[in-house]
Amino acid sequence: MSEQNSFLLDGEEIPFTPGQTVIQAAKAAGKFIPHLCWHPDFAPHGSCKLCTVKVNGRFGSACTMEAAAGMNVDNRTPELDDKRRTLLQLLFVEGNHFCPSCEKSGNCLLQATAYELGMMSPHFDHFFPDRPVDASHPDMLLDFNRCIMCALCVQASREVDGKNVFAMGGRGMRGRRVIINSESGRLADTDFAATDRAASVCPVGVILKKRVGFAVPIGQRKYDIAPASIAEATK
Amino acid sequence: MQASSSPLELSTTLPAILARHGHDGTRLMQILRETQEAEGWLSPAVLTEIARAVGRPRAEVEGTAAFYSFFHTRPRGKYCVLWSDNITDRMLGNRELMQALCAKLWLEPGRLSEDGLVSVNTTSCTGMCDQGPAVLVNYRAITRMTMDRVDAMAELIRNQVPLADWPAEWFAVEDNIRRKDALLDHGLAPGEALAAAMARGAAAFIDEIKASGLRGRGGAGFSTGLKWAMCRDAPGDAHYVVCNADEGEPGTFKDRVLLTSYADLVFEGMTLAGYAIGASKGLLYLRGEYRYMKDALEAVLARRRADRLLGAKILDSDFAFDIEIHFGAGAYICGEESALIESLEGKPGRPRIRPPFPVTSGYLGQPTVVNNVETLAAACLVASHGGAWYAKLGTAKSAGTKLLSVSGDVERPGIYEYPYGVSVAQVLQDCGVTNCIQAVQVSGPSGVCIGQDELDRRICFEDIPTAGAFMVFDCTRDMFEVAHNFAHFFAHESCGFCTPCRVGTQIVARLMDKLAAGQGSPYDINEMFNMHRLMQGASHCGLGNTACNPMIDTLTKFKPAYERRLKSLDFVPGFDLDAALSQARQMTGRDDADAHLAGAD
Repeated sequence: MSEQNSFLLDGEEIPFTPGQTVIQAAKAAGKFIPHLCWHPDFAPHGSCKLCTVKVNGRFGSACTMEAAAGMNVDNRTPELDDKRRTLLQLLFVEGNHFCPSCEKSGNCLLQATAYELGMMSPHFDHFFPDRPVDASHPDMLLDFNRCIMCALCVQASREVDGKNVFAMGGRGMRGRRVIINSESGRLADTDFAATDRAASVCPVGVILKKRVGFAVPIGQRKYDIAPASIAEATK
Repeated sequence: MQASSSPLELSTTLPAILARHGHDGTRLMQILRETQEAEGWLSPAVLTEIARAVGRPRAEVEGTAAFYSFFHTRPRGKYCVLWSDNITDRMLGNRELMQALCAKLWLEPGRLSEDGLVSVNTTSCTGMCDQGPAVLVNYRAITRMTMDRVDAMAELIRNQVPLADWPAEWFAVEDNIRRKDALLDHGLAPGEALAAAMARGAAAFIDEIKASGLRGRGGAGFSTGLKWAMCRDAPGDAHYVVCNADEGEPGTFKDRVLLTSYADLVFEGMTLAGYAIGASKGLLYLRGEYRYMKDALEAVLARRRADRLLGAKILDSDFAFDIEIHFGAGAYICGEESALIESLEGKPGRPRIRPPFPVTSGYLGQPTVVNNVETLAAACLVASHGGAWYAKLGTAKSAGTKLLSVSGDVERPGIYEYPYGVSVAQVLQDCGVTNCIQAVQVSGPSGVCIGQDELDRRICFEDIPTAGAFMVFDCTRDMFEVAHNFAHFFAHESCGFCTPCRVGTQIVARLMDKLAAGQGSPYDINEMFNMHRLMQGASHCGLGNTACNPMIDTLTKFKPAYERRLKSLDFVPGFDLDAALSQARQMTGRDDADAHLAGAD
């Protein structure tokens, strides 16, 4: 291993190619850095902050920070995992997440990461926001109760599908939301299709295909088979 | 108001606005503002038409419109009254005045009246802390509200008197300059500094700026010379100068005064920066609250063009530079330079991932210098007097002078200019403090709160750096209420991009509400420290990183203000379990001891 192009992740030497971010290099080496808004196929968004690591003693996002030779990166330390658990709790109380009744259960990265990090309770009082469900589209359902504002649907629709069906808008916890690209605000009035990349990119249970919710039974799903730390590091 | 969005109306006003802005999507903020001024609000049909005309996805246009507090995507009412809600406005009684206005108009804060005529609400600090309580009526600033003015205002609204016919003195904004030093006593004629810099040449002028030790006046204190040199050296199709006049930090109003009475100096500073970095365009990003300055500033720009201080062939050289004014629309986060650039490009004000920094990739992806109003004005002094002269002012690491915006419990609120290094005690003495001092909040909610025993501390980068706010609280003030106000300010202004700030600021505001309601416990205070530790390290930008400062400062220095609110020393839930059972008691017709939680023990 060339000393010039490697850094330490929890004491383990990780090689990288110049231009790679910390999380990209870690993943290539089969290492798991918890994350929600980051997806290997898209540019980093940097909003969820689950991938917060400590680089040479300073906090930073592993998804946006370029790897540099000789970096000393803390990842799965008790301090960082504790912060991550709090971030997860903030996401859980911000929206309306009811795993037992959610058809994404078992395929949901938020849920899997919460299991992974041993989040035992939501800790904070729920905000119970009033967020509408959009079932207008013939093939797709939008349940914004579960949105974590990762904007992956925005990127996928714009960059892969060339459609701009979604955009992030509004301000603050009570305002920020995914905006649908139609005057009515309904998905049915856009050119969205179930075959779009954006239709399958949602890490949580917002963008769902109709009529296939339980085709794979609970218990046999992605994170039922392997926890996030294994499924996400090897996929 | 709804009628104004009919297709017939759209065909007259909107196309003219779109044409004036060249159907350019980067000018979306200006298009939205002007459209709203003409139409009253931004209806779904209007947003669709704007999106089509500028060639942007409709969802993006709506996303921008929904981000800014001053844009309305629902009918707004003919009169929109917004009370500035900084702590200094509260200390001057804005809450009582707002309640009185609401009572006279028969409405609740935040709700449009039944007849669609008027709405009354609060807004973040409007930069009139030295002459509050302040309001914005249809985004026009009114100062010094009193109960008499509330009575008169209710009458004017009820009688639907146009804003143009309201008493002119209500709209008067005073400078309140109380102490002048090198900057405010500059004595420069328009063009003098520019001629001196151009005589030196751009590279030598940047060296003078470096030698002067001039640092950014927005609070962060980055070396201005270094910033300009980095930008000049960065490759790009065009370079840009941006003047950050967002001035959203509650308690700050110095830029208002500079742009009111020293606009030449500011514009000349921008021109100097343009000359130094090789830019031909400058943008003044002015906060929406200062919309009233538009005509006066445009007049100064026109005069400078006529005097060959702007435009092609400045001072008969080959240097060409011009300045355009862009207005914000009520978003504190746009004071962060990369969020400001996003806003200039017609997007929601969301801080960018950095690096790259604006000096290499800023406005439209080009090398951009973003400087505070005061920094640019100060650059004129360096240009005319030289770097060595300027470096002698102030302290070793803080060259020059600083404008302080003094408000709160003082006899003479207003603008005070001092050489860096002045002590807090000196400022307090000059601005007239009659009562005993409890605390001074320096540099606004994101700055520091200092107590009685720290008044010998100094205003400079070596000790307390500041963007300029200086809010004074005497012994009668409740420092918990100060922090409570700031907690809600941050929750309101968080852009919502990153998890820790978006949700964390709301959690903190809710904890403070719980304490304010007398339901607090040490557990809640502990929670506040936990949120501070999370937000300080994990947030995307400075807003989240500093949002807990007021709570932590006051908890550390004014703990009794919190402790007297604690209900017990154990955990207390945020709701009253027994009270929650009252409905069940009512339904069952029981109110005996066993129907109460305490009785069931």
